Amino acid sequence: MVELETTIKNRAGIHARPSAMIAQTAVKFSSRIFLEKAGNRINAKSIMGIITLAASFGSKIKIIAEGVDEQAAATAIKSLFDAGFNEELG
Amino acid sequence: MIGNEPKAFSVLDLVDLDLKEQNALSLKCIAGRAGLGRPITVPDLNRPGLALAGFYESFAWNRLQVFGRGECAYLVKLDAEGSHQSVETLFSYQIPCCIFTNSLLPSESFLAAAEAAGCAILTTSLNSSEFSGRVIRVLSDIFAPKTTVHGVLVEVFGIGILLVGDSGVGKSETALELIERGHRLVADDVVEIRCVNGSILMGQGANKVIGHHMEIRGLGIINITHLFGVGAIRDKKQIQLVCQLEDWNPDKVYDRIGMDELTTDILDVKVPKLEIPVKPGRNIPIIVETAAMNERLKKMGYHSAKEFNQNIMRWLESENARALYFSRDDY
Repeated sequence: MVELETTIKNRAGIHARPSAMIAQTAVKFSSRIFLEKAGNRINAKSIMGIITLAASFGSKIKIIAEGVDEQAAATAIKSLFDAGFNEELG
Repeated sequence: MIGNEPKAFSVLDLVDLDLKEQNALSLKCIAGRAGLGRPITVPDLNRPGLALAGFYESFAWNRLQVFGRGECAYLVKLDAEGSHQSVETLFSYQIPCCIFTNSLLPSESFLAAAEAAGCAILTTSLNSSEFSGRVIRVLSDIFAPKTTVHGVLVEVFGIGILLVGDSGVGKSETALELIERGHRLVADDVVEIRCVNGSILMGQGANKVIGHHMEIRGLGIINITHLFGVGAIRDKKQIQLVCQLEDWNPDKVYDRIGMDELTTDILDVKVPKLEIPVKPGRNIPIIVETAAMNERLKKMGYHSAKEFNQNIMRWLESENARALYFSRDDY
């Protein structure tokens, strides 16, 4: 299991578009991938789930991956957060 | 003439057109049958008043010549004066045909001149303005840019949907299920599309004989009108949405939100397009049905995906404000 910590860097937070980017990246890996915010854990392959996290600017998010490609999966998801989903940074 | 050129639209084709009620031209040929084969090359008409008066500069001879009450009265006057010069000049041009409105009949001498020149004389019971309106509409339809595509055109909840995709992906089967669910078939396999008014794409079957038949693998040719009733078919329909069915490609990213709108170009007109991946267990007809309803909502000004995202943004913003408030040290 791999766990990585990240924060939301884009001003708008995780709305529909970033959420879709996360889910589309996540489905490329066979590992089970989760996002955790303030104790809520959701499946990173579900767009609706990611949106319900209500991850606004500055929130701390934990990325958890479990499976054969867990390291690659967690890193790929984290890089999306780090790039601020190619949106305006706060 | 080379065989594969598109056949020219002749005067006979115009008389033969099978048009319904409000489009009917009610044309009859009363003289100059030899001229029925002349081609109509421009979708326009001309009132030959000036020409009859002897002014032939800029004479639009290649258009249909429409004679109303005024022109006829002038012909009677010319006849009474025994002056035939301008009528002879008129027929020296290769005009497509002369059309008399209000069931007016030209004089014997005019008919004889037409017969001699091999130019068809038609009459209609309509008045001049009504006939002009109809004939312009009919001709602009005939001269509209057109193309044919391989696909199925169905009407779903009032939206014209063109289903396209590779052979065997299930276009006809999807259409069959849609018909079974109460929607309508416009054309299967070969859809002829005309661009009307420069912005409207009208689709219809390419051939009346093929009409509303479908080919279903394992069943062969079936007649939709007989199987599902006359309510299950429609002659033509505007194309408002294109659904491209394709085998599920695991490497391709499919739209999961619906905020980026894809379009496709048909005859230089942009039409909204959806790419729908097909795989066992996905009920395509229901997806197409929902796409049709969503398209109607969009036309009514409600965009599900955009509205959804706006609500999310508003919510995130308020969460943000709360977080800021609770993180202050001095409250």
